[in-house]
Amino acid sequence: MDWQSLWLSAKLSSVTVLILIPMAIFVGRFLAYKQFRGKSWVEALIMVPLVLPPTVIGYYLLVGLGSQSLIGQWVEQFTGAQLVFNFSGLVIASILVNIPFAVQPIQRAFETIPHDIPDAAACCGMSWWRIFIKIELPMIWPGILTAVVLCFSHVLGEFGVVLMLGGNIAGETKTISIAIYDSVQAFDFEAAGTMSLVLLVFAVSVLAITTSLSRRLGGQHANPQR
Amino acid sequence: MPTRNVDLETHLHCQIEQVSPIPLIANFSCKAGEVLAVVGPSGGGKTTLLRMIAGLSVPEKGRIQCGEQQWFDDELRIKLSPQQRHIGYVPQHFGLFPHLTALENVISGLDHIPKSERKARALDWLERVNLHGLPARLPAQLSGGQRQRVALARALAREPSVLLLDEPFSAVDRETRERLYIELARLKSQLSIPVIMVTHDMNEALLLADKMILISQGNMLQQGEPFEVLSHPRNETVARQMGLRNIFNAEVSGRDAEANITWLKMGEQIIASDSAPELAIGQQVRWVIPNQGIRFNAISSGRLCRSINKLDIVIESMLVMGESVRVKARMADVDEVFNMDIPSHLAEKLSLKTGLATTIALKSEQVHILES
Repeated sequence: MDWQSLWLSAKLSSVTVLILIPMAIFVGRFLAYKQFRGKSWVEALIMVPLVLPPTVIGYYLLVGLGSQSLIGQWVEQFTGAQLVFNFSGLVIASILVNIPFAVQPIQRAFETIPHDIPDAAACCGMSWWRIFIKIELPMIWPGILTAVVLCFSHVLGEFGVVLMLGGNIAGETKTISIAIYDSVQAFDFEAAGTMSLVLLVFAVSVLAITTSLSRRLGGQHANPQR
Repeated sequence: MPTRNVDLETHLHCQIEQVSPIPLIANFSCKAGEVLAVVGPSGGGKTTLLRMIAGLSVPEKGRIQCGEQQWFDDELRIKLSPQQRHIGYVPQHFGLFPHLTALENVISGLDHIPKSERKARALDWLERVNLHGLPARLPAQLSGGQRQRVALARALAREPSVLLLDEPFSAVDRETRERLYIELARLKSQLSIPVIMVTHDMNEALLLADKMILISQGNMLQQGEPFEVLSHPRNETVARQMGLRNIFNAEVSGRDAEANITWLKMGEQIIASDSAPELAIGQQVRWVIPNQGIRFNAISSGRLCRSINKLDIVIESMLVMGESVRVKARMADVDEVFNMDIPSHLAEKLSLKTGLATTIALKSEQVHILES
């Protein structure tokens, strides 16, 4: 069992979720409430990581963030570090790859809020920020929860993009999925089996807890208008 | 657009003109303590108008003024937010916050008073709308009528300068609706603010409103007291919107401006109307009579109501609809059909039945000549 890889994966998932979910809340809200020209193109762009093979995304990120690229050179000039084969590069890649998993459930959750509710809240004298915190966020909790679980689990199991962009550097870019692949390559099936089981148990438990929580939250906050 | 001269004694003034996204032209005022019903078919612009008053939508042009406070003026670039307007708003589906209890919902409208007083005030309002013992319930655990009461309590607890009700009775069953009518009528007498109620149901306007405006396809067709609009619709469009079905052709056969009577000829039948608009003899007109202007009573006993308009008819069909009977009757010498709703007990008492040849009387003050 490669605890270092498991820890690295958990760290990568947590950092990704912490950065991505707040952004997804605002993007999802914007897409749910606003009508603008080119909206379907924006939505399609957000969905791209779902349909592109991870190796293709990995390739573009490698080219786009590598030391030959403008972004890569700029980051290297200011921080002295490279984005590729580096934990921060993995965070950027994980964020980009997981945008649809974060934005979609949150956007759908915002779309289920009837217009009557924020309207009534505004007429109750609540400011935009208070409506967001006190009314909208509690109502979209199941969507946020789903987004968190999807992103966390997806980052935990991400393989193609990580391998393309981060390679296999222990403690830096060797996540648990890479470690499983490594173990199989080295015919260490016992380690691969243990790590796979850990991921399997984690996935099933998290999904069960999420489903139950969503149902409970959904039932408690069931919108009487529906 | 109308002039800028507004009368500050009346409470809410609204002058709106807009072409897109929904065409809308409206100009009206509503006094404190008055219930104004905005009536019209779906998609006619009623809810848009209400949202503009609330500050949730912005009209292209116009002015909205409440008391001495200007809420909106496109020329002066004044545009107060819903929060600044201090209104009570009950949306069509009540807009209750589903994760907050009934009490918390009402408290959320009380940010204008100190925190320590909010709970007591909210409980007081829940009592005032007759919602006893349910403050801890979530909206999903309340019935339609109870939810409506919470929404009303929340809106009124703000001590608003205007109360806006969007189809307040459309989402509840009939029995609850009847109870809520009584409660709103009771509350009405206690409120000293303008109340604007959007509805597509004429009966609600007749029951509850002091004044109504009729809106269709973004245009204000007529405004006035509900019974006045019902008995004197301006034109055929208004008459049809009001649900009036007895609209006929006739020829002006005489006028007596002094006695305020116009004589209309329909086939061989002469009908008197207690109105004398400027019409030429021989001119073709359309006229209308509401249901309450047609009398059947006591014809069989030879005591026809005091009216000069007696028409011979033959009953073509009778359809029992709950406590009333919808009677369709053809005039004896003209190919026109009258539609009348009469109470079942009266139909029984008069022994009305299909094929019966009888006489009806039209009250001349209810015979109204429509503008062409």
